[in-house]
Amino acid sequence: MIISRKKVRSLLPETATVLGLLAAPFILPHIGFVLDTMNRVLVLGLFGIGFDLLFGYAGLLSFGQSAFFGTGGFTAAYLLTQMGLPSVFLGLVTGMVAAAIAGYLVGLIALRRTGIYFAMITVAIAEVFFFMENSPLSKFTGGENGLPGVPSPVLNLGFTMIHATGGLPMYGFLAVIYFAGIVIARRIVVSPVGRILVAIRENPLRAAAVGHNIHAYKLLVFVIAAAYAGLAGGLLGILQGYMPPDAFAFDTSGQLIMQTVIGGLQTLFGPLVGAAVWLYLRDTLQSGLGLGAAWKLVLGIVFVLLVCFLKRGIIGGFADLFAFLSSSLEKNLAPAAACEAGSSSGFLASAKAETDPLTAAPMRSRVVNDYTGPILQAKNLSKRYGGLLANDGIDFAVNTGELRGIIGPNGAGKSTFFKMLTCEVHPSSGSIMFEGRDITGFEVTQVCQLGLTKSYQVNQLFTRLTARQNIMISALAEKRGSFRLDFLRDAARIPGLEEQVQHTLDLIELTKRADVAVSDLAYGEKRRLEIGLALATSPSLLLLDEPLAGMSPRERAETVKLLKSISRGRTMIIIDHDMDALFELADSVTVLQEGRILVEGTPAEIKCNALVREAYLGGVLE
Amino acid sequence: MVSWPNFLSQALNGLVIGALLALISSGLTIIYGTLGVLNLAHGAMFMVGGYAGVFAYQYTGSFAAALAAGALCVLVLGIVMERLVIQHFYSRPDEDQILVTFGLGIVFVEVIRLIFGSLSQSMPPPSWAAGITSLGFMIYPTYRLAVVGIIGVALLLLYGLLYRTRLGMIVRAGIEDSVMVDSLGINVMRVFMIVFGIGAMAAGFAGIVNVPIAPITPDIGESILVEAFVVVVIGGVGSFPGAILGGLIAGEILSLTSMIDPSYSQVMLFAVMTLVLMLRPQGLLGTRGRA
Repeated sequence: MIISRKKVRSLLPETATVLGLLAAPFILPHIGFVLDTMNRVLVLGLFGIGFDLLFGYAGLLSFGQSAFFGTGGFTAAYLLTQMGLPSVFLGLVTGMVAAAIAGYLVGLIALRRTGIYFAMITVAIAEVFFFMENSPLSKFTGGENGLPGVPSPVLNLGFTMIHATGGLPMYGFLAVIYFAGIVIARRIVVSPVGRILVAIRENPLRAAAVGHNIHAYKLLVFVIAAAYAGLAGGLLGILQGYMPPDAFAFDTSGQLIMQTVIGGLQTLFGPLVGAAVWLYLRDTLQSGLGLGAAWKLVLGIVFVLLVCFLKRGIIGGFADLFAFLSSSLEKNLAPAAACEAGSSSGFLASAKAETDPLTAAPMRSRVVNDYTGPILQAKNLSKRYGGLLANDGIDFAVNTGELRGIIGPNGAGKSTFFKMLTCEVHPSSGSIMFEGRDITGFEVTQVCQLGLTKSYQVNQLFTRLTARQNIMISALAEKRGSFRLDFLRDAARIPGLEEQVQHTLDLIELTKRADVAVSDLAYGEKRRLEIGLALATSPSLLLLDEPLAGMSPRERAETVKLLKSISRGRTMIIIDHDMDALFELADSVTVLQEGRILVEGTPAEIKCNALVREAYLGGVLE
Repeated sequence: MVSWPNFLSQALNGLVIGALLALISSGLTIIYGTLGVLNLAHGAMFMVGGYAGVFAYQYTGSFAAALAAGALCVLVLGIVMERLVIQHFYSRPDEDQILVTFGLGIVFVEVIRLIFGSLSQSMPPPSWAAGITSLGFMIYPTYRLAVVGIIGVALLLLYGLLYRTRLGMIVRAGIEDSVMVDSLGINVMRVFMIVFGIGAMAAGFAGIVNVPIAPITPDIGESILVEAFVVVVIGGVGSFPGAILGGLIAGEILSLTSMIDPSYSQVMLFAVMTLVLMLRPQGLLGTRGRA
């Protein structure tokens, strides 16, 4: 019952899209939209779906989508007009594939850098495509003349042939393709790949550290966006019966960006809305009001204002307004009920946490080799930053099941040491063995996949996601490995994922706060989530960098309890300045000073060690 | 066929283009280096400078007045733009900054189109630099030689400002670590405003200097912007010397390739950029880890 309702709700946008697409040709002409404009809007909307996945979800702002739009369009148009390819569909698919291949090659170069470099490189690459089309390849593309005579599709239904030329048949043809594009994109968004893309946008460093191959995912979404662009390009040629050379122009990329932002990022429908507004304003301002070229100025101003004040565009603005209205309505109606529900579920959760004997989080279920030595062994590890020797010849070993504490004054090289163990930085010399395997020079993603990960000294969370979504990102890395192409699969249906997420949330006692955005969590909750992110990857060796830092005494006590419970059956290394807590938790303690190991021993030994006292207080030795 | 005089004149053309690109790109790069903002309206600044200069020339008939008008108008435009919009974006993500400057660029282009129309505008070179000069082995348009000189002086002034004044010292320190500069009690926001204005002015000045060589249209900034991107990627984002080196390299690539086949000049420029990215991702004179 509940499941079916959930299912109906999740299919609501699809249903609405079908209804909207069916109704549009009957309603929109009354407000001045002609069918040809609607067809254009559909092509641009489809183009924009891919771009929204790329920029809205994955955060990659490309100024070079025209390259793929043009590649797809001209490949299809060339095959259909010059090579005499009989099937329009085959032409479209070939164009889409060509664009995807171009996207793969361009992505290999452009994705080497992020942020502004990425934007600049995509601009430059798209310009090259434009110049290639214009002269070196003009034999194939018609240069400045483009390719005329692109045929329109013919649908053979057995008993009759539908020729989709102009007007309504063309609208039907484009609407079906647009709908398919939306359905696929919505599946991508809820797939593991879609979730990981958002995580990469929010915090690429952490997404890699919990075990996702972020470069591969970025390349994947770049290729997907290029494929959408290529298909849309092919459709443009078919719609117009002519493939225009300005498909490759910088302006095409620029308009795509503006339409997507105007309509609303991370909505998938944004580009459609943006394109509709764009073309409508162009037509009415240009001819209706006789403003001539000023329509683009008006759109430019609208765009700037939206970027300044309403980042989520028209759709986002309406969504926010709706959420605001419904929440203020709810507040007036049922404050008491909400409060009651909150406290009772809270009580349930805490009761469950206390009674549940199975508090130990699961560990990675993988084939364990016969290795029986220390789980981690570092030999002669050194790290040099210019003239500074942060770590100097550290020999260090931890046995399976041990809980090791590391202490040392500020600047002793503790964090650098951890970063080397998790392969975030590579040692200047020395080697690291994990479960008998030499991991020196590995990447942080690989190491996490092997079962070694870290919680950070400064929170590295996916800030705009909820606590549950955060944990899910980690759990996905454990369930699926560092990269998998399952972009059409529903993430919620991965066996064991839900349980693992819930279990981790129980363990870090965030169950009743699971659906709160990270930015709204209290500091102590964020710290626990930080540990939870590491924990959800089911590490066999967990490193914790100052898990107690900045906590209130009560939060400390709770976290110490948490650390105790997760240490059952797990090897852990903890850095902290809270000696009392550490001496209580650890089986043995290593003291670092000035990049070297000063002494190692049981907490009792360390407590009375004169060298340790001197390191911390200075000069107590007589 | 490639002959010596042809090669030399193309090399000289490359120097002219390179000098212009160097000045434009150094504006772009000091803005990014200091403020951390990639100004996509930089091409539009180049264009506005050109139009302001042409407008002044039409009223006064003086080349010097045109240069002054082009530079000053864009300086003011840059400062106003920084105060009204850009300063609110320092704490927002890179992508927002890129979007808003991109949008502003379009607004500037369309405003100019509304005022001056889409037809190209031009302005003759000043009388002292009209005609051609004989270099002994070849003849060459005098104004193009003058451009190298004018841009050279502008770059020297910019260099002096950056490396010989107190403001320049703050700017260079800000490129290295703007948080530190702020905590030293220096009003970083005022410095940011001035730097944005000066960076924009560099583009605007180049814009008016370029008009006697090539007529100006509202869309001219677009291709200039792309070329400036390539220049700073080659030279190293945030590096003033890198922008100059990158500009000169880019100018020669564009010019010498078009001697063989003009249609490949942009492709060649891009190929060199890719090569730099592969071999030295931080750019020829860039430092690692800044961008």
